[in-house]
This record gives sequence, C-alpha cells and structure tokens, in this order.
Amino acid sequence: MRVSAWSQEELAERLRGPGIYLHTGPFLSHIRTAVPAVAEGIALLYADHKVSAEEPYADFHIALQRPGSLRRWISPQVRFEYDGLLPFKPLPLGQALPMLEWGLNWCIGAHGHQFLIIHAAVIERNGLAAILPGAPGSGKSTLTACLVHNGWRLLSDEMALVSLQDGGLTALARPISLKNRSIDLIADILPNAALSARSEDTVKGAVALLKPPTTSVERVAEPARPAWVIFPTFKLGAATELACRSKADTLIELGRNAFNYSVHGARGFEALSGLVDTCACYRLTYGEMTEALALFGCLDAQAAGPVGART
Amino acid sequence: MSRREATGGRLLLRLAGRPESFATLSLADWDLVLRQAMRAGILARFCFQLAEIGALDKVPERPRRRLESARVLALKHQRDVRWEVACVRRALARSGVPIVLLKGAAYLMAELPSARGRLFSDIDFMVPRARIEEVEHRLLDAGWEPAVADEYDQLYYRRWTHQIPPLRHFRRNTVLDVHHTIVPLTARAPVAAEALATQSLALDGDGQLRILAPADMVLHAAVHLFNDGEYDHGLRDLLDIGDLLQHFGEQPAFWGDLARRAEALGLTGPLQLTLRYLERLLGMPLPDEIREAAARWQPAAAKRALFDALLLRALLPDHPSCNDGLAGTARWLLYVRAHYLRMPFHLLLPHLLRKSLLRPAERGGDARRDLQLRVEEFLRLGPPHHPAARAAAPEHSE
Repeated sequence: MRVSAWSQEELAERLRGPGIYLHTGPFLSHIRTAVPAVAEGIALLYADHKVSAEEPYADFHIALQRPGSLRRWISPQVRFEYDGLLPFKPLPLGQALPMLEWGLNWCIGAHGHQFLIIHAAVIERNGLAAILPGAPGSGKSTLTACLVHNGWRLLSDEMALVSLQDGGLTALARPISLKNRSIDLIADILPNAALSARSEDTVKGAVALLKPPTTSVERVAEPARPAWVIFPTFKLGAATELACRSKADTLIELGRNAFNYSVHGARGFEALSGLVDTCACYRLTYGEMTEALALFGCLDAQAAGPVGART
Repeated sequence: MSRREATGGRLLLRLAGRPESFATLSLADWDLVLRQAMRAGILARFCFQLAEIGALDKVPERPRRRLESARVLALKHQRDVRWEVACVRRALARSGVPIVLLKGAAYLMAELPSARGRLFSDIDFMVPRARIEEVEHRLLDAGWEPAVADEYDQLYYRRWTHQIPPLRHFRRNTVLDVHHTIVPLTARAPVAAEALATQSLALDGDGQLRILAPADMVLHAAVHLFNDGEYDHGLRDLLDIGDLLQHFGEQPAFWGDLARRAEALGLTGPLQLTLRYLERLLGMPLPDEIREAAARWQPAAAKRALFDALLLRALLPDHPSCNDGLAGTARWLLYVRAHYLRMPFHLLLPHLLRKSLLRPAERGGDARRDLQLRVEEFLRLGPPHHPAARAAAPEHSE
C-alpha cells in the first residue's frame, strides 16, 4: 500500500506508536516520530511511496524525537535516533523534517556499501541515465527538480547508487532538497508541485523539500544504465553551453564526490572507471533554466537515436 | 543459561557460537540479531563466518546485503591497518627497536582467525620501556601528533598507565597506542614486560615486527577484557579469545603452556574468567586439563556469583534488547573496578576529585545532556577516551 492510503491522523498515530515501514528503493526504513511536522512532511512528500504497518525486518530503525526536560520549552530540539543511538547532535525543532532526510542519507552512506555511492543527482529517460555530480551552489538540485517535471525520471537528487557488479544505477526516488533562493524559484516554475514548509537557519541556509513525481516513485524498482556524467554550474547571465570534460578529469572528480570510494578500494576504482568509460562526460554552464532544459532534451535525442523530443 | 541470556541475547549467542544455526532464523530474528551484532561490533565477523561455511547465499536478501556491507568496511579497515603498520615500521626501522604488535593489529598481521571482520579503532604495540621515549620522538618526527592535549591527561598516561598518551597521525588520522607493558605501572599485580618480550615471535625476516607468543597473546586479551573495564566490544573480545584458543589449541602442548604461563605471570584471574564465560555464554568445549586448572583458580563462591551478576550482563551487547535494569550499573561497577586495579587507592581519590570538579562539561546540547556528561565523566574516573569515536562510527569514510 501507499502512504496516501492512510489519513493524516492515522499516519501520525502510527508514527507516534509502532512506527511505519517505508520503502525507498532498495532500503526499508522503520520510522517513528512524535513530531507533528515530520508526520505532516511524510504524508506530503512520501504520499506515493510503498509503506507497511508492520514488517519482520527493516534495514534501518530510526526515530525523530524531542529530548525531554528543559528543552521542551526553551529552544526546543529534535534528535535523530538510529536504533537507539544518536549519531548527530540535536537540531532545532524547526529542522526536524530536513533532519529526517539527512538521517536517511546518513543511513545509506554508513550502511549501504553494497553500492558505490556518489554525491550526485541521477535522472533517466528512455533507459539512459545522466549523473549530475553536485558541488554546493552548482544549482544541481534546482536543475534536477525542473528536469524531473519535464520528462525525466528521478532516481535521486543526492546519491547515485552504482552497482559494483554491473555498473547499473538504482533509484531511491526520495524528496528533492532545495535551498535558499531555489525554493522560491521552484515554487514559481512549478506552482503545482508539492513543497514542504521551509526550515530556516540550517547549516545549508533555508531548506524545503519537493515531493518526487508520482511516476518516478512508481518506477523506483527500475534500474537505469548510465550514459552521461554532467557537471552543472549555474552562472547568472552566462551562455548555456555543454563542454566536453576529459574522462581522466571526470574520474578524479567523481572519486572526490563519492562517499565510499576509499571503502571499496580497488573495486571502487574499477567501478568508477567502468562508469566513466561508458559515459559521455561534460561540463554544463547555464544561465537560464529553459535553455538548460532544452539542452537536456537534445542530449537524450542524440544518444537514444530517433526519439522525438518531449516537453 | 540465566534468565537474562534466555531473552535478549539468546539468538545472538547461539549464532556466535554456532554460525551454522543461522538456518533456523526467521526474518524477524535476523532483524534483531543484526542490530545486536552491530552494537557488539561483530556484524562483519558474522559475514566472514557465514561465507566460510558457504552459507552466505542462503541468508535472506536484506540481511545478506547488510552483512556484505559490513564486510566491505572491515576489509577497508584491514587494508588501513596493514598500511599503518608498514608506516610505523618505516618510522622505526633505523632504530632497530623491537615492535611487538598487540591485539587486533597482531591478529591481522599474523593472519589469525580473530582478525576477520574486525573494525579497528587504533593500533596497539609494545616496545621496551627503556626505549619508549626514543620511539615517541621518532613517531612524532614521522607525522604522528599527541592526541591528548590536556596536560593532566598527558601526565596521567605517562605516570599511571602502561602506555604513552595516544598518538594520532596528522594526515591519516590513525591512532597509535604505544605500550611498554600490558598492565599499568601502579597496578597491584604488575606483569614483567621482559617476560613477555623474551617469548615474542618474529613476524618477518629481520625480526623487528613481532607478536606475543600464543599463550601470552591469549593472556593479554584476557587481561584487556576483564581488567580494562570497557565492555563496548566485550562479546567481540570474548569471541576473539575463543578463536585464539581454538586456533592455538590444535597443538596439544598449548594448554599446558597456557596454564603454566598464567601462573607464572599472575594472570590466572582473567584467564579463569575468560574460560568460564566462553563455556557459559558460547558453549565452547574445553579440554579437561584446562578446566581443572580453572577450577583451582576460581575465586570463592560469593565472588564468583558477583562476577557472574556483573559480567553476564556486561558481556552482552549494550543494546536495549539485551540490557536489563541492572546492566548499566554492572558496567559502571566494572569500570570502577578497572580503575581500582589500575591505581592504588591513595592516587585514585585525587584523580576522581580532579576529574569531577575541574573538568569542564562539554559545550552544546541540552542541560540534561550536560549533566549526563558531567556525571559520566565523574563516573568514568579516567581521561577522555580517545577515538573510540572511530569504533563507534566506523562507517564514515572521508
């Protein structure tokens, strides 16, 4: 069943009590929380995701709870619990929903070593995927948010999960994290998209989360073959252009952007070289979103052969 | 089995002792067991054990992936330790100082079964006391730095423990614990380091890199487990000793050697406890001769019962499913005992006072957490613990 099958109240009650078992791609998370903002956030952002009331096994057992005593009243906080342990310091209560996302990312980064995990967005069309490694401020998330509402499927906005066996990419289809100005931008460009409330003053500035498109969630079990590695940089007023990037350069940069490259040692190198070998590698500079979208439209058409460009 | 073992830790202990019993686990069992195993630091070990008996393919998919992820991390740790040992070796090569590797690093470099699946937080080795300053200088020259800044803590390590303060490499962030014996200077039952060194075995051609002789390795592990007061990885440490005994015990002469050595070094106490809990918790079969010796060494019934009450709790993983209401107290009492063993009473009191009154509480976090930390510092009765942080969150790669 999907999260949307439960009413707000029922979902909140389950989260306060035994918790829910939420499927996000290959990972199954047992989540408990008594924080209303998190319950509301899950109802909104994960509406289309598969969920169960009970499961015998979960990959991650997490909870977002408010610590007791004085901090209930003075500068209230929320903490992320992983099987009863606290991997992070508590955050202000207003950041509870982003904390869920950061926490889930941490779980994958810490325990997902069946994959080579690269800090990048991944989108797919016609079976071919583009990996967009994300330097902060590159505009990767904003770009991803627009692309997945323009014909591309979302696999992830943060983590490329690369198989060490066959180089394929696995989808997570989780909410897209938007920061600062990009929140207003997306609210403008995509007025019908479901956007969570803003959390202010996080380490990344203001953060809001965008619900992934329903089709992306429904197709989460479909893997994708990587075809492009594109490093995006947003520069206001700049001409939009795609420049080739050397494979050697790309390999090094991807290695730098990989969460667990050194964990995998030689196998990590093999996987990354395999990836770079099969992909066309580019640098993308763009000053205007529509131009960038058009460029991606062409990419797809070139690579996949006679497929009409989609809007 | 006691009532406690019969509830939370039962499945884990059964699996730890007999990995082939995995086939009886339901998915829900796997969920619990893997969480406990992770807390105990033996998740990767399970993976290796199951792979060894050709059983990994038969584990259900989700638990299997988790186990394999843990194994990947353990292999990384192994690579790192090998490299670090090579770096230490290089730094000390010209001095000719014998380097006796201890604990995990020794198991790994000697390719002992206890190395599999281990996550390492630091590297321990022993050098002759007379040369420890020289060793420290050479290591500082080669890029390691003092990991402990506080002057009191520096003094504490130098005067009252069996090692110099830990050293951390400035670039690799790896930590070295350089010992000169295996029981602290001021302890009530000091062990002669020379006795250990003379029996040590060379790991390679030129003899600089060494490990303790089998009996000494077992005894060191036993002392570390039962006298150091840390039980975060108590079960893992116990399993390691079990592995060592099984491995060395294939030589029939080993058991007699072990018993004689324990008596010669005055370490029958920790050894007896080890054997007792290997039997009781893991059902490990032991030869009669060592069981008889252990029966001679065991303390009076009342003390035995006290140890049982404390250790049957502390040796289980520190996980809500394994802890009962007294588990926290048990661990704390064992921690106090470890300090009692380490320092004479007239030194313990000033140390306690200093720790409780002068140490500033950690900044940040809520008032309750501050209070908790202060109390914990006081109760810990010792200098701040150097990277168990790596052990606690080992999965973070840079």
